Amino acid sequence: MRNAFAREVSKLASEDDRIILLSGDIGNNLFEDLKKVGADHFLNCGIAEANMMGVAAGMALSGLRPIVYTITPFTTTRCLEQIRVDVCYQNASVIIVGTGSGLSYAELGPTHQSLEDIAILRAFPSLTIMTPCDVPELIACLRAAMQHDGPVYMRIGKKGEPRIHNDDLSVKIGKAIELSRGEDLTFLVSGFIMPEALAAAHTFSERGFKVGVVSYPTIKPLDTELLTELCSRTKLLVTVEEHGSIGGLGSAVAEWRAPLANSLPLIIIGAKDEFIHVIGDQDYARGYFGISAEKIVEKVATFLGGT
Amino acid sequence: MVDLTNLNTLSRRLKFRIIETSHRTKTPHLGSCLSCSDLLVALYFEFLSLNPSMPEDPHRDRFILSKGHAAPALFQILAMRGFYGDQLLADYGQNGSIFAEHPPTPSQLPGIEAATGSLGHGLPLGVGMALASRMQGYKNKIVVMLGDGECNEGSIWEAALLAGAQKLDKLCIIIDYNKWQATGRSQEIMAIEPLAAKWQAFGWNAIEINGHDHQDILDGLNQFSTTIGKPTAIIAHTIKGNGVSFMQDDNNWHYKIPSETEVKKAQIELGIS
Repeated sequence: MRNAFAREVSKLASEDDRIILLSGDIGNNLFEDLKKVGADHFLNCGIAEANMMGVAAGMALSGLRPIVYTITPFTTTRCLEQIRVDVCYQNASVIIVGTGSGLSYAELGPTHQSLEDIAILRAFPSLTIMTPCDVPELIACLRAAMQHDGPVYMRIGKKGEPRIHNDDLSVKIGKAIELSRGEDLTFLVSGFIMPEALAAAHTFSERGFKVGVVSYPTIKPLDTELLTELCSRTKLLVTVEEHGSIGGLGSAVAEWRAPLANSLPLIIIGAKDEFIHVIGDQDYARGYFGISAEKIVEKVATFLGGT
Repeated sequence: MVDLTNLNTLSRRLKFRIIETSHRTKTPHLGSCLSCSDLLVALYFEFLSLNPSMPEDPHRDRFILSKGHAAPALFQILAMRGFYGDQLLADYGQNGSIFAEHPPTPSQLPGIEAATGSLGHGLPLGVGMALASRMQGYKNKIVVMLGDGECNEGSIWEAALLAGAQKLDKLCIIIDYNKWQATGRSQEIMAIEPLAAKWQAFGWNAIEINGHDHQDILDGLNQFSTTIGKPTAIIAHTIKGNGVSFMQDDNNWHYKIPSETEVKKAQIELGIS
């Protein structure tokens, strides 16, 4: 995802003089092509994220289209007030990119993991939140974000995420993408955890269930129109995300569902509420936090077995 | 030639408008507003290149009041400079008014460049604007006013490092150095001195001036205009509550609201009829 992101930013910058990528002292080699488009399209702001976010807001207020890029905790919680005041309150058109999100940097430990960013940022008015699941979704999200008047937070992975969509995908802010339909249960999935959700969906298909899968590249605004439709098309909703079970896609769907008298049952699959204190790769960490395909199957099967 | 008498008159008028509004609307931060009033008059009536009838002109100079709690002074001087009429100030401080205790977002009021109030935000925004102007090939200046207390914030020093590295010579900060912050002497709370040397060490051109002397202020700003290859930090030595004898250097006026009698006394001292 990182490489595709860098390629797409270079392409966008070659079409638009207003685009500048601000880096928190990472990705120096990643953006070589962007620097070739023009020296003005890349600025290393050093290891000073609060300032970087304010600088981006100042640029946006002066008519540029800045993209702020660093590892997720540092481009979100490290500079949270700058996001809230400088970017969101002033409705500055800044694209905030968190790279290596969720458990992508599992090996680096909790300082570099992000399982609470969406929960926190979803509470900020005016901020659009995008969580692409693969490279085509990422490219389409980036193009949609660039056309959007106002701030966007985009949460991307690292590398090697399996491809889900075909090329030439188009993403509309606030619109989910149905990959398949199923009348027994439907997985609602945000971000690059998608392969785990698809594997879980496959297991239930093999067990004779009719399973649907929906990708949610935008968490805020949430595509509630599709959720309303799903009420008459499926019997169980299961949200899946590489994020804590507090405050992410699952919570957003639960908030939509709360006032409805006769809604569908909902299972929220998200990371358990703790910091990890042991070493492991992303797959290990997904298992640890209860969001691997296997754990998803276990949780959903328990629910189905009990009905 | 600069008409210093006129600037002096404008300063006294501005100070009285601030005091009178504070009394009427029960809004605080008088001391912080009075310490930067002479600086604001020099900026808005002499130095900044602005056209109030075209507040969004991309070539305009930008002024960011990073010490956003002095918004009562900014609201008055923008009206005096013609960005909006005095009638807009009629509902000041009332429910539903855009005139709160801090500047609103630029979309809400002509002349406002940034919604400040949380300290330490204005300089990063100004650095972003200065970088944007350079990319866009504009020659405009970016002036950011900071409080000395505000220099406690780490984001100020992050921005100072980047502005130094980027040699942003169209960027100028003015520190309203009134030696106080909300609850005490700024030097006692955080080791702010030597302030000019700190900015020099960060790669800035540092100038110390008397922040209540219009000529001195303009001389400092003109030095900024002719400085090439580095940003400028003007350390303006000021007095909190300047212009009114019973408010001067008394930190109680950070929050205190003047009574009717005190407004009258201030009016006489400021020579406003």
